[in-house]
Amino acid sequence: MKILTANRLTDGEAVWFGSDQHWHETIDYAEVARDKEAEERLERLGKEAFARNAVVDVDLIDVELLGGEIRPLRLRERIRAAGPTNRTDLGKQARPRPADEGFAAGI
Amino acid sequence: MYRYDEFDHSFVQARVAQFRDQVDRRLAGEITEDQFRPLRLMNGVYLQLHAYMLRVAIPYGTLSSKQMRMLAHIARTYDKGYGHFTTRQNIQYNWPALSDMPAILADLASVEMHAIQTSGNCIRNVTADHFAGAAADEVADPRPYAEILRQWSSVHPEFSYLPRKFKIAVTGAERDRAAIQTHDIGLHLKKNEKGEFGFAVWVGGGQGRTPIIAKKIRDFLPEEHLLSYTTAIMRVYNLHGRRDNKYKARIKILVHETGTEEFARQVEAEWATLKDGALTLPEADIRAIEAYFAPPALVARPEGDESVKLARLDSRSFGEWLDQNVVTHKHPDYAAVTISLKGIGEVPGDASDAQMDAVADIAEAFGFGEIRVSHEQNLILPHVARADLKAVYDRLVEIGFATANSNLITDIIACPGLDYCALANARSISVAQDISLRFASLERQRDIGELKLKISGCINACGHHHVGHIGILGVEKKGAELYQVTLGGSGDENASIGEIIGRGFGPDEITDAIEKIVDTYLAHRRDPSEKFLDAYRRLGPAPFKEALYASEAKAA
Ligand code: HEM
Ligand code: SF4
Repeated sequence: MKILTANRLTDGEAVWFGSDQHWHETIDYAEVARDKEAEERLERLGKEAFARNAVVDVDLIDVELLGGEIRPLRLRERIRAAGPTNRTDLGKQARPRPADEGFAAGI
Repeated sequence: MYRYDEFDHSFVQARVAQFRDQVDRRLAGEITEDQFRPLRLMNGVYLQLHAYMLRVAIPYGTLSSKQMRMLAHIARTYDKGYGHFTTRQNIQYNWPALSDMPAILADLASVEMHAIQTSGNCIRNVTADHFAGAAADEVADPRPYAEILRQWSSVHPEFSYLPRKFKIAVTGAERDRAAIQTHDIGLHLKKNEKGEFGFAVWVGGGQGRTPIIAKKIRDFLPEEHLLSYTTAIMRVYNLHGRRDNKYKARIKILVHETGTEEFARQVEAEWATLKDGALTLPEADIRAIEAYFAPPALVARPEGDESVKLARLDSRSFGEWLDQNVVTHKHPDYAAVTISLKGIGEVPGDASDAQMDAVADIAEAFGFGEIRVSHEQNLILPHVARADLKAVYDRLVEIGFATANSNLITDIIACPGLDYCALANARSISVAQDISLRFASLERQRDIGELKLKISGCINACGHHHVGHIGILGVEKKGAELYQVTLGGSGDENASIGEIIGRGFGPDEITDAIEKIVDTYLAHRRDPSEKFLDAYRRLGPAPFKEALYASEAKAA
């Protein structure tokens, strides 16, 4: 299973591509690709968003579903999704959840 | 301190305007990321895991109170209230928005600072002994030469697209506190029999995935030839350095593959065409730059001895801090103070905006407004009257910066690692914090004595692990963090690369492993005067291997 992630151009904020076709600041809304076809579609959308200068550092990352929640396989991506482990007062982990409307960089 | 002249001001300001335009065009979508990336890197802007990162140069580690206040202002206004002082005498901000970068750079320019050449394949910030100008053991302040190199190397057209990044360090003392042997060029300022200044020139040192100790290619280069000789080295490197493979592109690989003697011969041949030409430094120019670095007027304060003696009787913790964090100054009534950014359990090198402001105030009140950043991620007040030490100490206690651990096991160097860095394989900060908490007892730390522990979150070695007496390298194995331990490294005048001791340790084993290593040292040292590094050099890895792995060897 894979999801599409990137950093927003203007401020570098880590974002994930959601099933509503918008980029979100939290991982929870990410669209999960369960087969090759879906992965290719996400990859294409990522390239388009990059070309449109909405995001940079676009990547498809491996995830699993734990109790319905998306969890990246690599620690690196888990830290990206939460914030620095030594500063839990910073980053996404410090924000109230969820109330995230996404930003209109999607389709 | 060095002051920008008109040229410097207009140059830095023009650069801010240029980058502002580049950022505007990028945000408007007029230029692509591929076009913009090299431009932002030339201005110190990286992309990390959570946000952009801005790396600001602190030339030869020297800051004024005014500059420190600006660093605090930037942390407060554009970042999340803190900054990270690094091993390369830079400060990194972890959270600035791209759209704020031009404003930040304009603020920096207003106090004669910038982020130029803090990234990219150019000559980076020239680093220097953090006690330069104050150290009792130096022949002269090496910073004027670092400043000359900075001026010469800034947007040097010939050397802006080298095969790879290039780092120069200078020291003016036999005791090498600038780790010159792990730099692309290391310069050791000294005096010959005639009393003339010159440099021992070391080349080809470096860390990263192929750590190599530099080779000395000249024992005494008269000072006036600094730029012509450096240019000769750069030309040989620029021409022959490997551009085909990023991992073999540093000068250390060229020197290694060419052979030191042959490399030195090529440099001498190139130098023959440059020597005594336009790059020769006029005596008057050297002395003029030197004048900028003249120490402040250090008036006699002979009451210091008495007041220090009394204060020591009064406060044990002050005495411990004196023993550990205060070193001898050229002037007998003064001292240089290390402000530890390594509070127990804290993030090595991090300082909050309020702490930065407070340090600026303390420096202004008691240290002629001068501050240094050390490559060991601490701050230094280079000129404090001994009579004022207690007052400085009391003020540092108030901001949590009076930890008496300079050169002890909790004075850890750690890179940002996986908590911030996009290249990381494992966390560094959390390991540093765990070890710091485990060895929190100052009594125990002092019993262990000098021990330099350095941690990097990947093989790039930003945390200097190769030259740690104990080095820790984070790697990723099957998706989990694993820590490899090296022993016996050193970054001083007797530099050595640490040796891997054996299989790595998981995040919840690494602190225990470090404790076993330390206990093994304590059990084997001849007496408390034999330092960890000396004991390791005498004993070799065997007893440490035994302590770490014997039980599993038996079990297997
Ligand atoms: C986003 C953060 C950083 C990135 C992307 C980064 C990248 C790198 C890379 C790629 C290398 C290897 C160069 C080579 O071997 O050719 C390196 C080396 C190094 N970096 Fe960093 N670094 C970062 C942060 C830091 C920090 C925070 C420090 C200081 C604490 C630092 C200091 C150094 C040093 C001392 C070296 C090794 C010396 C050498 O060049 O051989 N870097 N860095
Ligand atoms: S050593 Fe690796 S993990 Fe640490 S800062 Fe450098 S590149 Fe990042």
